[in-house]
Amino acid sequence: MNSWRAHRAAHASPEHSSHPPLLAARNLRFARNEQPVFGPLDFAVDAGEALLVQGDNGVGKTTLLRVLAGLLHADGGEIDVDGRRANTALRARAIAYLGHLPALKADLTALENLRFLCGLHGRRRAQIPETAMAIVGLAGYEDTLARQLSAGQKKRLSLARLWLSPAPLWLLDEPYANLDLEGINLVNRMVQAHLREGGAALLTTHGAYAAPPVRTRMLVMGRPA
Amino acid sequence: MMMSAARALLARDLRMLWRRRGDALQPALFALLVVVLFALALGAEPQALAKVAPAVLWLAVLLAGLLALDTLFRGDAEDGSLEQWMLAPVPLWWLVLVRTFMHWASSALPLLVATPFLGELLHLPHDQLPVLLASLALGTPLLSLIGAVVAALTVGMRRSGILVALLALPLYVPVLVFGAGSVAAWAQGLDSTGALLLLGAGLVVALVLAPLAAAAAIRIALS
Repeated sequence: MNSWRAHRAAHASPEHSSHPPLLAARNLRFARNEQPVFGPLDFAVDAGEALLVQGDNGVGKTTLLRVLAGLLHADGGEIDVDGRRANTALRARAIAYLGHLPALKADLTALENLRFLCGLHGRRRAQIPETAMAIVGLAGYEDTLARQLSAGQKKRLSLARLWLSPAPLWLLDEPYANLDLEGINLVNRMVQAHLREGGAALLTTHGAYAAPPVRTRMLVMGRPA
Repeated sequence: MMMSAARALLARDLRMLWRRRGDALQPALFALLVVVLFALALGAEPQALAKVAPAVLWLAVLLAGLLALDTLFRGDAEDGSLEQWMLAPVPLWWLVLVRTFMHWASSALPLLVATPFLGELLHLPHDQLPVLLASLALGTPLLSLIGAVVAALTVGMRRSGILVALLALPLYVPVLVFGAGSVAAWAQGLDSTGALLLLGAGLVVALVLAPLAAAAAIRIALS
């Protein structure tokens, strides 16, 4: 899995545009109880690129990310990951998902939570949970129970999990929510570093108040006609 | 990969059990309560008590497992852990199997260990103890696996309450019939191997199918 990241980094330069996009969606649609939620959507994200998904509350940004992550089934269209049709195994290898729910156990300490998630998802060989916690500004909170962390600190812990993940494609649902200014900068720095290493990221926001200073594509979602 | 994920999940669950050891003891205490109440209610008649002892022990273990069933996936569903399980590079059914094993080890295994003592409380004839233990050893994992499917089916509901019991009980009945029946057959001098083998066969089938069914149910419940 580490080799993938290295391989990607080697090909991240723009002249290798023949490489398939890390994520591509064609004619992607989703409906809930016959009511269309979004789509049809067409977009692609290359390695080294960020896609900023914008739209008002309720236009289906979260649903789109859940469909891309494979938590929901699309009603039509195709999703390609790294040039191949997305399936469960491919997604598990390629996608790290940061959702609204932090997936933290209240009775475990911050470090224990992170260790479990690393055991579940695997981690990059060069990184260990302790340094990831320091990177997201949680040094000194290793032995604090997750129930005692603030919402922003929980978000930072989720970011640390993301940082450790070997997956090249980050799906970030409202990564800026609950974070202070310094935290917003942290997200931007992490996305920037991730993209420099040949990864890609999808971010949803409901406003343009924050965006990582990287090659960014925009996807503005509205209500389906 | 699968082993390291299983290890991580087991370590996590053991830690959480220890941090919440009061809650973890509840099913075992409930079973103890049932057994003690039976012993008190029929205390004056050791003969009558000995007759119903295997059935009472089976019921106590079954009800205790039912009590713990709702917590099997609910916590992980509410805090988003199940979403991460679904996105993990190991199959969901494997994580479900490991979690179910942990559930069995924390709710049924202590009772299995305590069965000789609980049997003593109920004047269980000593020659029936090995058969009872064998039937419980085969039957309780089967109950946990069936329970996992039911718990997975109801995990999308905010409060499933009695629904879990209503769904699980009909599926539990055959296990109870063959489990308690094997001891009853032995007590009457009949061969109990048939019932035990059926329990074993059920366990093998459930080991293969229940994690797959529960994983599918979780995917549906969370979508």
